Amino acid sequence: MQIVKTFEIKNQLGIHARAAAKIVEIANLFNSDVFLEKDGCAVDGRSILDILTIYCPKGCSLTVRFKGPDADKAMKMMSDLIENKFGEP
Amino acid sequence: MDKPGKEKIFIRDDQPSTLVLKGMGVSPGITIGKAYHYDRMDLQTPFYKLGSPSLVQEEIDRFFSALKESEEQLLNLKKKLIDSGSGMEPLYIIDVHVMILKDQRLIDLTVQNIREMSVNAEWAIRMTIEKYRGIFDKMDDEYLRDRITDIEHAGQRIINNLVGKHHVPSELPEGIIVIASDLSPADTAQLKIDKILGFAMDMGGRTSHTAIVARSMEIPAVVALGDITRLVKTNDEIIIDGSAGVVIVNPDPEVRKRYGWKKRLYEKARDDLLDYAGLLAVTKDNHRVEIGGNIEFIEEIPSAIHHGAEGIGLYRTEFIYVNRRKLPDEEEHLENYRHVVGVNGLSWSTIRTFDLGGDKFFPDQKVFHERNPQLGMRAIRFCLKEKELFKVQLRAILRTSIYGKLRIMFPMISGIEEIREAKEILEGEKRSLVARGVKLGNDIEIGIMIEIPSAVIIADRLAKEVDFFSIGTNDLIQYSLAIDRINEQVSYLYQPFHPAVIRLIKSVVDAGHNAGIRVAMCGEMAAEPVYTMILVGMGIDELSMHPLAIPRVKKIIRGITFAEAQSLFEKVLTFSFVEEIRGFVLEEMQKRFPEDFSVDDG
Repeated sequence: MQIVKTFEIKNQLGIHARAAAKIVEIANLFNSDVFLEKDGCAVDGRSILDILTIYCPKGCSLTVRFKGPDADKAMKMMSDLIENKFGEP
Repeated sequence: MDKPGKEKIFIRDDQPSTLVLKGMGVSPGITIGKAYHYDRMDLQTPFYKLGSPSLVQEEIDRFFSALKESEEQLLNLKKKLIDSGSGMEPLYIIDVHVMILKDQRLIDLTVQNIREMSVNAEWAIRMTIEKYRGIFDKMDDEYLRDRITDIEHAGQRIINNLVGKHHVPSELPEGIIVIASDLSPADTAQLKIDKILGFAMDMGGRTSHTAIVARSMEIPAVVALGDITRLVKTNDEIIIDGSAGVVIVNPDPEVRKRYGWKKRLYEKARDDLLDYAGLLAVTKDNHRVEIGGNIEFIEEIPSAIHHGAEGIGLYRTEFIYVNRRKLPDEEEHLENYRHVVGVNGLSWSTIRTFDLGGDKFFPDQKVFHERNPQLGMRAIRFCLKEKELFKVQLRAILRTSIYGKLRIMFPMISGIEEIREAKEILEGEKRSLVARGVKLGNDIEIGIMIEIPSAVIIADRLAKEVDFFSIGTNDLIQYSLAIDRINEQVSYLYQPFHPAVIRLIKSVVDAGHNAGIRVAMCGEMAAEPVYTMILVGMGIDELSMHPLAIPRVKKIIRGITFAEAQSLFEKVLTFSFVEEIRGFVLEEMQKRFPEDFSVDDG
């Protein structure tokens, strides 16, 4: 199963180290593979190093793709995280 | 060299072009030498090729056990932080670092480096970090800059664990000029400072660590050069003029010769002056002025004594607070202060309590935004509001009193209420220390900075509350002339020779002396020889200044009589505007010290 969803990044700091860490935490809870795509670049959602290399400040759109048996559950959790601005202002 | 035909081409191609860079001179003097790019990782990371393929697995195992060790250290650190109840911010950083250690990409790349390049694990991890640094460098965006620091910090931890305690950092060549973006205390601790000829930094200001170290060691330094690390290569010949804030890269022979001459002149003048360092500041008719040194780091004390400071007239304590995640506790304060009081060669030490804005305690500027911080919640005002913070510092200061002559100074006092409240808190802390069984000295003096016009006006009353005054001319001039020195539009109005400023200072000296207390000055005016004679004429008891300024000021004092200084000052009082006073004083100084005051001075 594959689920793709595009988000607008709304927290002030964008995808910085702390937000990236939270993405990795969720990615590690599931069996599905996860990729983050930005400007045609896709990075592994389980690698904090790779996530840090994408430039994603506030206002950017970021596409998340889950592929695997629990993709729907994983996407739901990831949506909550990103839409709640990573729990940040 | 070997083939004459080639030599010509060689010279023409390799003749490097001269480049002049302007920055901020933070430590005076001229130096000529070879540039050396300082890279902290280069020095700390050993490099070797693995002798045989059989060692590859061993190296990979070393890498994995260093990863594990690093993770355990971080988790322990996290636990400690949780137990100590510090904020959430550092905890997140630790989580991020742990995640970087566990990152599959980092692991794969490093293992691949070991296998394919057959290098040691330290170097392999270093290559991984460099790869990411390369990616971030290309992005050229400040937003991403702090990300690489997280990766570097995590990587550095792995390297440290690999290296263990056995590795001795490689030694720097001697007689070099260090080029870096900025140096931290950890970096300078690693350098053999006394073997370095100069510093040229991309970043920094007068109070950055490099600047302070350079000044205290009297090594010429220029900072805020922007991108010297990009423009200069190791082994380039460079000239540093720390007085003018200029760096010349690959000078042509003529420039080089001129600067060699300048350098000798500068050093001769400095050495001649240094003869005055060890002498007392006594006028020809035996009037004595005490000379203090202004410092902000304990490392500056040897230089202060060397240049002739008899005591510490101003120890700024702000650096104990800045650039740290947690507030310093009493012991950490004491660790600094105890090296200031009772030092061999110093007769007294004046410690000034915290003198910054409250914003220094709140990293988030938005929480503590002030429209006009100069007139805001700072110095004694902040301390009287955040009493617990204040008390920690006071206790540590008080505890130094058994080591030697201690003077405690409160900054930014504007009225009687503030000094009384500060004294009351100080007394309370004295009592609690005594109750704790701590021994205190019995001649602790309490004083205040006089830097607000209101304090000058009621100086007679304030004098009854304290043992000494110290005039802070920088702020006093700004506040009394209502100008912001940083504002270029009005900075021309910053005039120590303003008749109002001179009268203000004189009235502080008189008020202090009428009450029988000592009056010192620790502002920039005390360090400028052109003002020395009028300050002596007013009867000031102590001049405290940057150590490097001391020999020249002593020379002036030893070359005059108190009687002529007094009559010069009387004459100054008859003038009405800045230019009259400046012209008159400068002319008088030129008459007496032709080699110290050139005609175009001032």
